[in-house]
Amino acid sequence: MELSGELVGEIRQVADNYPNARSAIMPALYLAQAQYQYLETDVLRAVAVTLDVPEIWVFELATFYTMYHTEPVGKYHIQLCTNVSCLLGKAEHLKQYMEERLQIETGETTEDGKFTLSKVECIGSCDKAPAMMVNQDYYENLDQVFVEQILDRLMVQSSSDQET
Amino acid sequence: MFEKIILKNMDHPQSHTLEAYVESGGYKALATMLQKYSPDELIEQVKQANLRGRGGAGFPTGLKWSFVPKNAENPPYLCCNADEGEPGTFKDRAIMEKDPHMMVEGMIIAAYAIGARTAYIYIRGEYELCIERVEKALEEAQAKHFLGKNILGSDFSLDVYIHRGAGAYICGEETALLESIEGRRAQPKLKPPFPAIKGLYDSPTVINNVETFACLPHIIERGANWFRDIGPEGSPGPKLFCLSGQVNKPGLYEAPMGITMREFIEDFGGGACSGKIKAVIPGGVSAPMFPESELDTKLDFESLAAAGSMLGSAGVIVLDDSACVVEVITRITEFFNHESCGKCTPCREGLDWCAKILRRLEEGEGTHEDLEHLDTLCPTIFGNSFCALGVGASWAVQSALKHFRPEFVQHIEQGKCPFH
Ligand SMILES: Cc1cc2nc3c(=O)[nH]c(=O)nc-3n(C[C@H](O)[C@H](O)[C@H](O)COP(=O)(O)O)c2cc1C
Ligand code: SF4
Repeated sequence: MELSGELVGEIRQVADNYPNARSAIMPALYLAQAQYQYLETDVLRAVAVTLDVPEIWVFELATFYTMYHTEPVGKYHIQLCTNVSCLLGKAEHLKQYMEERLQIETGETTEDGKFTLSKVECIGSCDKAPAMMVNQDYYENLDQVFVEQILDRLMVQSSSDQET
Repeated sequence: MFEKIILKNMDHPQSHTLEAYVESGGYKALATMLQKYSPDELIEQVKQANLRGRGGAGFPTGLKWSFVPKNAENPPYLCCNADEGEPGTFKDRAIMEKDPHMMVEGMIIAAYAIGARTAYIYIRGEYELCIERVEKALEEAQAKHFLGKNILGSDFSLDVYIHRGAGAYICGEETALLESIEGRRAQPKLKPPFPAIKGLYDSPTVINNVETFACLPHIIERGANWFRDIGPEGSPGPKLFCLSGQVNKPGLYEAPMGITMREFIEDFGGGACSGKIKAVIPGGVSAPMFPESELDTKLDFESLAAAGSMLGSAGVIVLDDSACVVEVITRITEFFNHESCGKCTPCREGLDWCAKILRRLEEGEGTHEDLEHLDTLCPTIFGNSFCALGVGASWAVQSALKHFRPEFVQHIEQGKCPFH
């Protein structure tokens, strides 16, 4: 496969920030992920071709860093912090609640591909614990009522997305 | 009350803009510096101020800068460590979201001191708003000639780029951070050579924390002596503390170092939720915890080191008497195990073992033998890990075992967690 001309242009541009192409692999992976949602092997190969670097350099980064997804993730990626301050704020209850509501275990994606539930390490919201991110958006000072509202909204949003 | 320095603009609704920053006196230090100081004089000022790094180790900033060779073959690089990932820490996030120009001005100052013409800001990938705000700040600064070619008409030029992390805590370790910018897996490297001699792309490189940079404009504006007079002699200057856990008023606070943990938690945090503190982690989860009886220890580099812990990232986490220490230390160890980069055996294998034993103990399925295993395993990891991740992880477990052993024993004898 080949990357789109636009994506290639963006990758070339970010590569100018560095003295060598290898440094541009991480930003290139972000750009590719934004376009393709997740990084399948063919995309990784195409990134290597675009930057003219060995494939292994691209593969090793895509698998080392957790924010690159080599498997599909849901449209809404819920990332609940369960580290100490959130743990003390009873994040485990919220995890259980979301598992029941979405009918998946943590680490799984709903059958319709809409929600992935992950538990993550500290996201820097400790004074507003418990906290989670949905894709890039932060939600802080969570309790069950708030989480319920968030899920309700996302469910409505995702079904209206489908109609349009 | 004392004057807020680092947090002084935070209540301004537009505090992240260049306009608000300049209105509050921002970028004056940069102009003053270009007129008044040579790079060597600047380094001398920062040494005089005795600014110590805010990223964790408290290394003297001026001294670090002075290690960069003059007229080296490869021009030096400057890096900003904005990978903030130590659980319990959220100060750099606040600076970047609310006052990014304070950090940027500090970076320009540091780059001038070490002769860098290129700088990278390594921001953790989750901090999307920080990335957005810092990007914007760089654009604004460039447009006003605070950055770019011939800064404010001088012959000093600097380009700054953002490198976005991708979810690996170990990238906060400085050599791993450089590896990551170079496009490699983030595994720490042997020191020496120290980055100041041979760092990014084999060039001399200085790495400082976001908050360290934010201190610099104030040192120039108000002088080294002014800075030195704030707080205790060995740990001077304004300091941010992140307060979280079971405390009534969690939040980001600025205070001079030297305040005791008890004063800090009572006066700023309004005390523990249940009214009774059980334990306090003073500097992010790598820092050994203290029981209530030791809360008169002061929050500064020297006092905490003398008491067998560290100021670290100044992430103060409060556990009240409803918390289970075994559960907390289990979760901490699982975190470190998850974040171990896998380079060295004591950390990679040892922490995995440690985490499993602790989980077993927490669930009431552990034995006295398990405890003894931890007693030998932890010092082994502590003494043999390649970098400070393994060291900090095992140190934290040891502190829990030392101060709260009866709680572990209770789990074993009752066959369940007594707190759940
Ligand atoms: C495992 C590990 C994680 C670290 N994480 C951070 C971090 O997130 N931010 C930071 O500034 N320093 C972190 N450090 C400390 C850095 O290695 C380095 O000492 C610091 O960035 C230097 O800046 P300073 O002198 O201004 O404090 C970490 C160190 C270790 C060993
Ligand atoms: S101590 Fe852990 S994080 Fe550090 S090098 Fe060894 S395996 Fe990697």
